[in-house]
Amino acid sequence: MIAPEREDGDPAARAASVTERILADTLHGTRRGVVVDSPPGAGKSTLVVRAARELVGAGERLMIVAQTNSQVDDLVKRLAEQDPELAVGRLHGSDSQPDPGVARLPAVTLSSSAGDLAQCPVVVATAAKWAFVQDVPVWRHAIVDEAYQMRSDALLKVAGLFERALFVGDPGQLDPFTVVGAEQWAGLSYDPSASAVVTLLAHNPGLPQHRLPVSWRLPATAAPLVSAAFYPYTPFRSGTGHGVRRLSFGVAGDGSAPDRALDIAAESGWGLLELPRRRTVRTDPEAVAAVATLVRRLLDRGGVTVSERGTGPLTAERVAVGTAHRDQAAAVRAALAERGVTGVTADTANRLQGREYDVTVVLHPLSGRSDATAFHLETGRLCVLTSRHRHACVVVSRAGVAELLDEHPSTEPVQLGVTVRFPDGWEANHAVLAHLAEHRVRYRP
Amino acid sequence: MIRTLARVQALRSGRAEPLTTVLHRHLGERPMVFVPLTTAGEVGAPLGALVGTDRDSPRLLVVPQPRDRDLRFAFLAELAEVMLPHLVSGADDVDVELRKEKDPQTGARVEVQREVCRDAPQLLVPNEAGVRYVRLLGRSTRFRRTAEDDPAEPFPVPSRVPLLGRWLTHYAERALTPGSCLLLSVTGLLSRHWATGQSALEDQHLGALLAWIDPPRDGGGAVAAARVETARDERGLLYCPPAGPATDPEFDNRVLAPAVARFDAGLPGAERLVRDLVESQLRPTWELVWQGLARLRELPVGGRVAARWESDRWSYTGHRDRVLAGEPPQPRRDDAVTAAAKLVRREVEQARLDAHEALDDPLVMAERRLAGEAFAGVVESVELAYSEGRAPRPRPLVSVRTEDVPHLEPGARVFRALAGAAQEAQVVQVEPGLVVVRLTNRMGRGREPAEGSVPAPGDRLCFTSFEHDPRPAAPLPPPEETPWTHGGPPGDATPLSPDPHTAEDFL
Repeated sequence: MIAPEREDGDPAARAASVTERILADTLHGTRRGVVVDSPPGAGKSTLVVRAARELVGAGERLMIVAQTNSQVDDLVKRLAEQDPELAVGRLHGSDSQPDPGVARLPAVTLSSSAGDLAQCPVVVATAAKWAFVQDVPVWRHAIVDEAYQMRSDALLKVAGLFERALFVGDPGQLDPFTVVGAEQWAGLSYDPSASAVVTLLAHNPGLPQHRLPVSWRLPATAAPLVSAAFYPYTPFRSGTGHGVRRLSFGVAGDGSAPDRALDIAAESGWGLLELPRRRTVRTDPEAVAAVATLVRRLLDRGGVTVSERGTGPLTAERVAVGTAHRDQAAAVRAALAERGVTGVTADTANRLQGREYDVTVVLHPLSGRSDATAFHLETGRLCVLTSRHRHACVVVSRAGVAELLDEHPSTEPVQLGVTVRFPDGWEANHAVLAHLAEHRVRYRP
Repeated sequence: MIRTLARVQALRSGRAEPLTTVLHRHLGERPMVFVPLTTAGEVGAPLGALVGTDRDSPRLLVVPQPRDRDLRFAFLAELAEVMLPHLVSGADDVDVELRKEKDPQTGARVEVQREVCRDAPQLLVPNEAGVRYVRLLGRSTRFRRTAEDDPAEPFPVPSRVPLLGRWLTHYAERALTPGSCLLLSVTGLLSRHWATGQSALEDQHLGALLAWIDPPRDGGGAVAAARVETARDERGLLYCPPAGPATDPEFDNRVLAPAVARFDAGLPGAERLVRDLVESQLRPTWELVWQGLARLRELPVGGRVAARWESDRWSYTGHRDRVLAGEPPQPRRDDAVTAAAKLVRREVEQARLDAHEALDDPLVMAERRLAGEAFAGVVESVELAYSEGRAPRPRPLVSVRTEDVPHLEPGARVFRALAGAAQEAQVVQVEPGLVVVRLTNRMGRGREPAEGSVPAPGDRLCFTSFEHDPRPAAPLPPPEETPWTHGGPPGDATPLSPDPHTAEDFL
């Protein structure tokens, strides 16, 4: 159902024409749903805000469903930025107060009861909150954001609230998950543990499906790799060409391995700081120290970023560290604090979803492990970690990940009736590793 | 982390290490033990079973020719005869409880009287494969036709067979709920409470698992487990046959196949021989199951086990009511709403189980503390503070000295156990070795906090970042309101037709 795209031409014009078609289907289409696949940084939020404003402009009321409270707060802020007059209702749980920044917006009404927000043309809340809303008139329109991260059962709880909906999301990011077994429903079209979009399309096969063709976040150095590794059949390109984005340092490198990795990353967009092969605990102290050292040097060396938005210093707020596990993120935060670094985000892939930074430092999910489990191999995890940056991404890893992958081919049972996700994490991991190997700096702490 | 450490320690000491200090599952006084065996190469063809509630007098059921459908259903009819009285034994002994439920007409929450069975009969199998086998037996019998269903049915079964299938299906389905205790595997119980020096997969071998838990004097668990797994007698048969349902292929080929062939040939005494052979494979497992149970009963029972067992009793009562109301057997596939409801309920139960186990057991809590999800320490100081507003409420600040490293940020909610319920607090400040929290509830209605609701300096406390009794999830729409995204309401409930006959049924 995905319309073929021409690879040439002005990226902005191509993106605009896709957006026009999406809006036409949303506003005037005959089908109850429209699905939009968006690769990392392709302007998903911009699309959501624009669709919301056009729907309101056409005299409609709509509800917006996002997955987390921070996503909801971000959306509300963006709506207010674009249209300060627009009356937006922010529906929230009774024990989860919205961000204070949202509460200050003049046209935004906060409430924990949907009834109080009846006069707002746009009401935004998390799927979890919407699930408790009952006895209100049905909305004619809804926008479901991050629909690929929404679980099918969450959609089941809220789908009765709206007549038709625009589903927007990134199919390459982390799949929804459950901590209890759900094998007994594998292969059913409404498997409650599957993603909402999978269920929606299984039951409504003819829905119009669009794809945003241009990533405005990823630089020209990153888009080809991320596209080939994680979206092999639905390629996208970067909005900026080579040379538009530049990262440089005011202070020359001191010749150490971390500095050389930074220089390579500034030059090529990618860096791999490789520690000696070793099996370690999850919070590998040497790898964590290497990550913290990299960040410290990155800030100390006075980075300057040049992009289509202008020139500016690389500040701590524009740097993030991504890990697979929460304890790793906590260890990195502690190591950063020890080195006096503040303001740098260090978090797991799950929490970095949808966020954007200038430079990211990634602790490779398979670094130092003795096995490669489905969790660590998940395609979406690596995709999130390697697609958050506007300029450069430096990966820190123990040597031997390629061998580890070869020793652990995917052994998940094949379930009848389940669409096979392609590429699998194994293949995507190899693709990324092969590319990173060209930007490797060996490091012996 | 603690589990890995316990495994390493077990490997070093040659003896299983305890993972818990208490028993985290309900074990009734009279559980029924069911040790099934299945036929190699044919799905759902039982070979035999030992079943009973008394260690000394199990009932032996054997199918002398497992490929013979008549004999198979004779076996299932006999199994129903033994099992059904046990499974329905709790149905008539009820308590009446008041429950708040939604009135279907007005939507208001009203109090209604509901019967709940005082006890629910338990079923125990040796291992997880046994649990799956119970599910399979339920699936293969609950749609069987009886002569009353269809007088023209060529192979009618007694009505107790589909009834048994419904009960087994319910028990097997309930077993997928974390922490439920209607149907339990002994390997599951033992490996929850002890860590051995072998892999989780190897722990599925009941004999090997018990060899680690009670190693013989000569040699440690590893040697004993290896002997249990591999030692064979002069005929080439294992001294300790697998705990089923699969049999040892050597046994199948060398002794069972010739004996069944003799039965097929109609030789005298052949049935007796097959029975003896099957019993020889079942007996050791039967003994191991009881040995494992005896070991588990030595543990004191966790404080919150009874509260969780109540959900099992409600589950049991619910199924009893559905059977009494003449509802059809469970459908082959769940509809969209039922599937979602089950998944969500299981997730809530998993969170509840994890929280309860940690609160009941310092060893399990230690695991959560190591993971940064809880911290324990000594109260250093308490500073009485009040909330703002017209009627200020006590909001004391409690500083806790701790050696734990919790993953907490200011503003996070934490909980501690206080007189059987959870007291909530908000994290104010976290620094190495010290956490300051502000207590936010359960301090009474007055300006002064109620007696005992605020800790004093020197008290030992344990706060968790997980809730102690997770709240139930958001409601789902009724199945007839399944939305368009999920295929709309399930088609007009076609009465569940029995399984169609296939060529295989007439082999």
